[in-house]
Amino acid sequence: MVRAVSAHEVAPTRHAWTVEAVNLTVKAGKHLAVNGLDLTLGTGVHGLLGPNGAGKTTLMRALGTVVKPHGGLLRLLGTDATRGRELRDLRSRLGYLPQQFGYYPRFTVRDCVEYMAWLREMPSAAVPAAAQRAIERVQLADRADARLKSLSGGMLRRVGIAQAIVNEPELLLLDEPTVGLDPEQRVRFRELIRELGADSCVLVSTHLVEDVVAACADVVIMNHGTRVFQGLPADLTRFGETHGIGDSPAERGYSHLLMQHRSGR
Amino acid sequence: MTAHLPAAALAAYAAGDLGPDNAASWTVEVHLEGCAECRGQLGGLTGPPLRELLGDAREAILQQARTGPRPVPRRRVRRFLQRWTDWSMLAWIAITGSAVVAAFQLDRTFPDRPSLVLLLAPVAPLAGLAVAWSRRANPSWEMLAGTARAGLDLMLRRTLVILATVLPLLILAGLALDRNPALWLLPCLTFTAATLLLGSRIGVPVAAAVLGGGWLTAVAAVSFAGGPGPTLTAAPAEALMRAETMPGWAAAAVILALLTLLRADDLRSPANWR
Repeated sequence: MVRAVSAHEVAPTRHAWTVEAVNLTVKAGKHLAVNGLDLTLGTGVHGLLGPNGAGKTTLMRALGTVVKPHGGLLRLLGTDATRGRELRDLRSRLGYLPQQFGYYPRFTVRDCVEYMAWLREMPSAAVPAAAQRAIERVQLADRADARLKSLSGGMLRRVGIAQAIVNEPELLLLDEPTVGLDPEQRVRFRELIRELGADSCVLVSTHLVEDVVAACADVVIMNHGTRVFQGLPADLTRFGETHGIGDSPAERGYSHLLMQHRSGR
Repeated sequence: MTAHLPAAALAAYAAGDLGPDNAASWTVEVHLEGCAECRGQLGGLTGPPLRELLGDAREAILQQARTGPRPVPRRRVRRFLQRWTDWSMLAWIAITGSAVVAAFQLDRTFPDRPSLVLLLAPVAPLAGLAVAWSRRANPSWEMLAGTARAGLDLMLRRTLVILATVLPLLILAGLALDRNPALWLLPCLTFTAATLLLGSRIGVPVAAAVLGGGWLTAVAAVSFAGGPGPTLTAAPAEALMRAETMPGWAAAAVILALLTLLRADDLRSPANWR
C-alpha cells in the first residue's frame, strides 16, 4: 500500500514566523493584560518567563485563539488570528494546554484525548492510533483506561499535555505544563518538548527558570504585558554572572533583567 | 504499474547490490509495495540468513501480539454520547424540565388563569444554550473554545440536544393540557434561532439573558397593565400564540436560522463565550 501524501503536507511555508505579534493588546476583563507586545517566534522550543500578573496566561489564551485580541496584529501560522473565516483551519493545526485544565471526571484518559482529537477535526480513522501514541509519549499507557477522577495532579497535567500534542500541532502552546510533575517526569517532559520542537513551534509558559534553561532554545521574558527580553538561555546566564539575586546564574540573570525593566519604567 | 520488475533488477535487489543510495532501488521498492507477484519472487530469491532473520522477526511479533495488551474495543455508544452531549448542560436541562413540570401543575390546578406553560415554553431552551457557551458554568470552555469544531458544528450539536430534551416535554405538557403543542413549538424555535443570531454578536449567554428576560418581563408587564379580571384570559402570551400568528412565527424562525448560518464565521470567534 502506497501512503498518500496530502497537498497540505508538501505545501511550502508561506510565512516567515509561526507567531508574529505587532503591538498586540489583549484584555483580561477590563484590564489590559498584554499591552503593546511585539513578538516573533519560529520553529523550536521557546520559554515564556515572567512574574505573576505579567500577562503570560492572557498571551497564551490569545495565541490559542481562546480570547480575541483587543488591538494590534496577530498572525499565527501565516493567517490572521482575528478573522473568524480563517480560524477553523488554523485551529486544527494548534495544540493548547490551558492553565486551568477543565475536564469531565468520568472520562477515561483515552476518552479525553480522543475527544480533543475529534474536536480538532482529525480524520476519524486516525484518531485511535494518534490518541494511543500521545498517551504513550507522556508515559500514561498503563493508566489509559483509568478515569480522570482517579488520577493525581501530575498525571492530569500529563493528560493535558497528551491532548495538546495528539494532533501533532504546528504551534503548541503549553501553559505551566510542569506544575505538579515529579523530577523524573520533568526530565522526560523536557526530552519530549525538545523532540516536538524539532519541527514545530513550542511555547512553554512557566515559573521555573531551570526548565527554560534546560529545554528551550529561546527565552522570552514578559513584565506588565510587554516583552522585556528575548534571546538565548546562554545570554540569560551571562547576565547572571555579575548581577542579580538568585541561586543559579539563570535565576540571577532573570531577576536582573526584571529589576532593570522596573527601574527603567 | 503494468510491467513487472526485470529478473536482473530483482536479483540485484535481493542480493543487496542496490544500496539505499542507489536511485534504482527506489523504483524497485515502490513496485514491490504494490505487487504481490514480485514480492513472491523476491521471497524465492533471498538467501537463508535473511530468511532466518525474517522468520525470527515474525515469531517475535506474534509472541508479542499474544502476550501484549489486548486491543481496545470500539465503544460506539460512549463515543456518540461524548460527541453530542456536554455534561455541564445536564443540570440546566434538569432545572428547565422541573420548571416546565411546575408550570404544567399550576396550569392544571388553575385552568382559568393565563397559561404558565405558554409563557415559559418559548424561552425554555435558552438556559441550556446560555450554559453551553458560559465561561463560568462550563469548566472546559478554554479547551473547547480554541478547537476547530467550536463554531457552527458545536452550535448545531448543542442546540439539537437541548431541543431534543426540552421539546418532547413541552409536547407532552401541551397534549395533557388539551392544547395544540405546535402553538408553542414554533415560538420556541424562533427564540432559539434569535438567541444564536444575537449571540454571534454579543455572546450567547448575554443574548439568552436579554431575550429570555425581555420576553418574560414584557409579557408580565402587559398582563399587569391590563389589570385583574376578564382581561387576564386574553393575556399577551395567549394573544401572540394563536393559530393565526403561527405563519409569522414560522417565517421568523426560518429567517433567523438562515441568518445564523450565514454568520457562522462569527460563531467561531472566542467572543461568543461569556
